[in-house]
Amino acid sequence: MEPLLEIRDLKKTFKIKNFFGSTTEVQALKGISLSIAKGESLGIVGESGCGKSTLANLIIRLDEPTEGSIILDGQDISHIKEKALRKLRSRIQIVFQDPYSSLSPRMTVEEILTEPMCVEGVKTTKQMRDKAVELLELVGMRSSNLSRYPHEFSGGQRQRLSIARALTTEPDILLLDEPTSALDVSVQAQVLNILTSLQKQMNLTYLFISHNLAVVKYISNRTAVMYRGKVMEIGPSKNILMSPAHPYTKKLLEAVPIVGKPFHQPDTEDASVNDGDIVDGCSYYYRCPFAEKRCLEQQPEFLAKEASHLVACWKG
Amino acid sequence: MENILSIKNLSVSLSGKRGIVPILHNISLEVEQGHILGIVGESGSGKSMTAFAINQLLPGGRKSIVDGSISFCGEDLTEKTEKEMTKFRGKEIAMIFQEPMTCLNPVFTIGRQMKDVIMTHQKKSSKEAEKQAEEMLEKVHIRNPNRVLSCYPYELSGGMRQRVMIAIALSCSPKLLIADEPTTALDVTIQAQIIFLIKEACKATGTGVIFISHDLGVVSQLCDTIAVMYSGQIVEVGRAADVLAHPQHPYTKALLASIPSFTPREDGNDTLSAIPGMVPDPLEVITGCRFAPRCSYAMDICHKKVPPLQIFADGYSLHCHLQKEVEN
Repeated sequence: MEPLLEIRDLKKTFKIKNFFGSTTEVQALKGISLSIAKGESLGIVGESGCGKSTLANLIIRLDEPTEGSIILDGQDISHIKEKALRKLRSRIQIVFQDPYSSLSPRMTVEEILTEPMCVEGVKTTKQMRDKAVELLELVGMRSSNLSRYPHEFSGGQRQRLSIARALTTEPDILLLDEPTSALDVSVQAQVLNILTSLQKQMNLTYLFISHNLAVVKYISNRTAVMYRGKVMEIGPSKNILMSPAHPYTKKLLEAVPIVGKPFHQPDTEDASVNDGDIVDGCSYYYRCPFAEKRCLEQQPEFLAKEASHLVACWKG
Repeated sequence: MENILSIKNLSVSLSGKRGIVPILHNISLEVEQGHILGIVGESGSGKSMTAFAINQLLPGGRKSIVDGSISFCGEDLTEKTEKEMTKFRGKEIAMIFQEPMTCLNPVFTIGRQMKDVIMTHQKKSSKEAEKQAEEMLEKVHIRNPNRVLSCYPYELSGGMRQRVMIAIALSCSPKLLIADEPTTALDVTIQAQIIFLIKEACKATGTGVIFISHDLGVVSQLCDTIAVMYSGQIVEVGRAADVLAHPQHPYTKALLASIPSFTPREDGNDTLSAIPGMVPDPLEVITGCRFAPRCSYAMDICHKKVPPLQIFADGYSLHCHLQKEVEN
């Protein structure tokens, strides 16, 4: 199947200027390649600082990649400007983690939901209002909420509003950047259920970013595990979580607390101590219990464990 | 085993702009020496307020109305004056919060802040205090304590800062440690390390721990007993294994059912069961059980009468009109 979105060897380097004017470079993404088919949902997991959110920001072009390309429907969007960019954004939308800071406190629900439609094109007020009501119903909220302000809603309701807003322009792709991390489990379940039913109804494509592996498994068909700007393992969610091949994925899974699972004693070594950047080899080298000389010298290639399950590890 | 803390029939109301707001209703809890008590519940259920009540740090200070008793090693904390309380806070009762960055002062080094705490509560010279600070950092498995002592908080990662917070909290060998969502802001791998540290400290020194969390997974791995809170009430208390394996209260059941799991469900139905509605506003007047409006088992009586407290063996108790199911 032709991929809807394809990312080829994407790199992003941030230049950080310090007080005295000298710059240091931080490589947030070190060559990421992914592809997402229409109607699929791809989960991205990894610890904070691994580049998950940078990836989302590049795809929706809030930031420009340093190298590599992002291809949407055969068109390279990695360096497009203004007008084309505006058109692109109606096809890709994003939902952020914190529903308290991502909705304007001065706008009513109706204003929040109709603003993207105004930007997109000419519509009468009535058309926009009808559309807004329809969107609210999609996320399980009543039309009487149209005249209310964000502060009148709970975290879960606000996150549903953010989802409704993201759907106003009828996008193909929805980027979900930790949409449930700020919510209680009971409310998280509501939001996850809405997301899965929306996907079925509207044939949406999701890129779901989270650090919660169980949530990613619930939402995504495929999962990519990221570490320090690199994809370590990618494949069907079921395979990744049931039979992980990369030492990092294994370590992540061991650490997930599950009700009824006995506590797995972690190594108490503080990993950040010798965590220098590795130029040629595997970025997981310093934390990997199976590391050997080859890992430091040569970047591991993707090995196919199964047809669609790829692992970037010499031992995989 | 000796009880370090026993809270009896504690009710708390805050007085503020919105009038008198009842936030805790008739809470009873006990913490044994060397045991870990987990308090779980959604946001707004009163978990943190219970912790503040123990420390007498309720918002509004002395204006809040406190009924019932909090007995800590035989002394009733509700009767202490502010001056007397300072002897308990930080020394006898230590606390760790969710966001370590906001708890550490950004303009002082870690060493200075640790020494401050040690010298306030113990008669020690600056040199002795520094030595103890170093030992404490070693205890929380920081490999290079000397370097960390001279660091400012911004130079450390989230996990390291939380370790420092634990080291500070344990530096005066408290009898009770209250940890309020200490791992919520951390990655799973770091979370596992912090859980391990708290467990280790508790078993080694006999410190009693109250661990507040909304993550049932974390609580199940760490705690000996669990109290489930909802809207200012404790709905179910018991040994962790009992409460999680055979939850009796509909709220506990619903919470457990809403967690996405790794293994596919037997019936093949993969929709998560969310709890409809949300935690009621503390000002909302609810006659009967406060969970009844969201409860899928609610009967007529639930909306009319406050459920009785059913007490069973092994410290298990249940606040519900439903009878405890008999285990086969």
